[in-house]
Amino acid sequence: MTDSTVTTVKASKVAPSRVQLALRKPGFMIGVIIIGFSTLLAVFPSFFAPYDPNFIDYLAVRQAPSWAHPFGTDMLGRDALSRVIHAYSVNMQMAVLATVFALTIGVVVGALVGYYRGVADMIFGRVVDAIITFPFLVLVIAVVAVLGPGLINMYIAITVVGWVYYARLMRAEVIAQMGNDYASAGIVMGYSDRRIIFRHLLPNAITPVIVYWMTDMALAILLGSSLGYLGLGAQPPQAEWGVLIAEGRNFITTAWWLSLMPGIAIVITGLGFSLIGDGLADLLRPRG
Amino acid sequence: MTDHPILEVENLCTTFSRGDTALPAVRDVSFSLGKGQVQGLVGESGSGKSVTLRSILGLARHYGEVRGSVRWQGQELTTMTERQLRKIRGREIAMIFQEPMTSLNPLLTVGTQLTETLKAHTDLGRKARRDRAIEMLDHVGIPAAASRLGEYPHQFSGGMRQRVMIAIALAASPKLLLADEPTTALDVTIQAQILDLILKLADEMSMGVVLVTHDLGVVAQTCDTVAVMYAGRVVEQGYVRQVLRTPRHPYTEGLMRSVPQDVPPRTQLYSVPGTPPSLFSLPDGCAFAPRCQAASEACGSARPMLQDIAPGRQTACFHPLPATQDDAA
Amino acid sequence: MTQTVMKIEDLHLSFPVSRTLLDVVQRKPGKSVNALNGVSLELKQGETLGVVGESGCGKSTLARCIVRLYPPTSGQIHFDDQDIFGAQARKDRTYNRRVQMMFQDPYSSLNPRMTTGDILAEALRVHEMRPEAEIAPRIAELLDLVRLPQDAAEKLPHEFSGGQRQRIAIARALAVEPEVLIADELVSALDVSVQAQVVNLLLELQERLHLTILFVAHDLRLVRHVSNRVAVIYLGRIVEIGDSETLFSAPSHPYSQALLSAAPSLDPDDKGAAIQLEGELPSPLNVPPGCPFHVRCRHVTDQCRKVIPELRALEGRGEVACHHAEEINQHA
Repeated sequence: MTDSTVTTVKASKVAPSRVQLALRKPGFMIGVIIIGFSTLLAVFPSFFAPYDPNFIDYLAVRQAPSWAHPFGTDMLGRDALSRVIHAYSVNMQMAVLATVFALTIGVVVGALVGYYRGVADMIFGRVVDAIITFPFLVLVIAVVAVLGPGLINMYIAITVVGWVYYARLMRAEVIAQMGNDYASAGIVMGYSDRRIIFRHLLPNAITPVIVYWMTDMALAILLGSSLGYLGLGAQPPQAEWGVLIAEGRNFITTAWWLSLMPGIAIVITGLGFSLIGDGLADLLRPRG
Repeated sequence: MTDHPILEVENLCTTFSRGDTALPAVRDVSFSLGKGQVQGLVGESGSGKSVTLRSILGLARHYGEVRGSVRWQGQELTTMTERQLRKIRGREIAMIFQEPMTSLNPLLTVGTQLTETLKAHTDLGRKARRDRAIEMLDHVGIPAAASRLGEYPHQFSGGMRQRVMIAIALAASPKLLLADEPTTALDVTIQAQILDLILKLADEMSMGVVLVTHDLGVVAQTCDTVAVMYAGRVVEQGYVRQVLRTPRHPYTEGLMRSVPQDVPPRTQLYSVPGTPPSLFSLPDGCAFAPRCQAASEACGSARPMLQDIAPGRQTACFHPLPATQDDAA
Repeated sequence: MTQTVMKIEDLHLSFPVSRTLLDVVQRKPGKSVNALNGVSLELKQGETLGVVGESGCGKSTLARCIVRLYPPTSGQIHFDDQDIFGAQARKDRTYNRRVQMMFQDPYSSLNPRMTTGDILAEALRVHEMRPEAEIAPRIAELLDLVRLPQDAAEKLPHEFSGGQRQRIAIARALAVEPEVLIADELVSALDVSVQAQVVNLLLELQERLHLTILFVAHDLRLVRHVSNRVAVIYLGRIVEIGDSETLFSAPSHPYSQALLSAAPSLDPDDKGAAIQLEGELPSPLNVPPGCPFHVRCRHVTDQCRKVIPELRALEGRGEVACHHAEEINQHA
């Protein structure tokens, strides 16, 4: 009697897959190539570097760029190119380690306070206010000053401050998603809070957080090398872009390339992360 | 339909483009409207009824291509410049929308918005504008009009906001009102009040009205003539009494019978199978053919044209439903 | 068949309105929106109880209260002789299995990142409705039940039309084999021709699965069509409740009369004698004292302004909350 011959709506011809959409975005693809190559350099630095980054050659001190040493050599005669390449390991590690814990803590805390609200949310609000009113760098330097310089302490310091930004974003997004009835439907279905938060709300709320994460990785490299430059992060003779810039600082008028090359590496890597972030903002949006 | 139509729409076509594909939102819509008449445009979502309305006043051409002709008291609107149109909009032709909150500026008082319209379209002085504003609010049934001039839109309820919208639209005594689902966001008791108001004003000011709605009850109660739209085209049009009493197009009939009125309770309702087609992938022949029980082979390959089947009555169907004696009326 | 499955007693619900700083400084008392002001009703086995009223009257709040989305300020809901808001019952998720809800907006009630199959499988797994091996065949069965094609299981919500999404929502609710369905404006977001399909499906499923349905809607014709009994709500209070046909053919409360006469008839010549109501629904922020309807009522007397009328049975009709029900209906 009611044969509803149901035909599925044709989703505007054949909907292109996410990968196809990504390939159509030149900016995003450039970002992927930059970060892909950076990761390769970070994982296999010895394969790409022409010399041992710590090999000291007093006979070749502060040489200008040449075919033998494309980026020149530093004040100890170490090959600058090899040092910049080896720094990828440390700096890419910074991008990940300085953000991933902040991301995890922030996403979980943000999702929980966004879902439960109440007293926990009020306390959270005060904590956020307290941390956000301080300039980020000053706060991180303060934490490092207490814990002492070094990479691990730097990661701890950035995480202690950085999670707040993720949590704030996550909380707002979870609250917005709660306005959708699929969350109510989950409650009515008798699903556990954990399931509703992590299986339903989180995947829908996390897109802006992921986009912010990409930008934050670029900022983490910048922050990490700033601290390295100041002597609070990576310690010489570790090859790290901030450290390299600091080492070249005294010779900026005579051997400018020593500081310039690691600087360019920072800019390019940062650009790569930002381009990926921009692209993801479009690609991760649910369709329909 | 009347001796002197004030609005004549002929073969109106509006096309939107999405990327590389053209979206035929409105195709070959024609109707005319006399003084004080109410023309209904009824259809489901995506049928093109709202786009038709927007194409009349040149609002659709910002997003798409409008072809065909819209003659307003003899003047061709489709070829007018924005500047020429602006003189007509508000002054001769006014428009009201479904959502009264988003069409009012939340930062300006209702009085300011009313008097601004008057300033733009009339030669009234400052004092006269204020008096006219109070008169208009009073006219649309807002109690204590004078004291409410200084209030902001959020201080009004939904129904009152729609009244304010109507007051603003009618402030300059337009000759034609275009109303896009003016009561859809309102409750039935308020809907009845607003529709009565529009009818009363149309009568008093001998203003023509084009009313877009998805509610057949609203059409039955307010319109003189109606055009039923499906997938961007008019499938049937004529006098409301005829079209609703004895629909000749299977789609109109399906719509009428889907409404549970005068059917035994808790029985299966008549339903049109399937869903309206996507404008991206319209069938070659009649757009309704895939859902039509009377469809023949011809319906799948050729598109039926809108044809006269009785005086003032047209339908676009190869197999129209039989006429009954009612139709003669 | 006339066994009571759910009993709602004197349900009140008010939402506090957040005070502005100015209010706090001026020491104004905190306001609250009184969404439900003492709703009592019984839901009988196998029936469809329609709930009608204008926006803001509290009908959706009532629906959400029943499925425990909102805890009431006071009052009780008994299901199977157990208070569903009792400490014991709150932990018990079988209530959620036995009483299911379907929502108005087909675009927000489904998780946009889960396929239809995932959505149904989750419901089946969480409530352990079927052993793992039978989940896939059960999904196929459910899709069949709501007349969706089998390939729907692999698709995401955005690939469906509004009507199809509501079918998925119905399938999700049915997956846990509930006894009571709460349908909150199930079809009001759909086009007329699609509405009829979904309403037919609901009626048919009710017959087959012996479901009890609370059908909340503002479309009076639709409510009349699907309901056995109907409750008319005004400002968080039931003003009239009774057999659907009796209530629709001869409404007894002045508000029901006005509401029904306002629905535009499909017959152009049936202009009807629409009872024009004065003014609009008062804000639930300040519900008028006495009968909530008295500010708009034609038959208002001093008694109405002071005393809240209780629901009482009227001979040959349902129950009406009006002081003057007898006189009003004598004239009619």
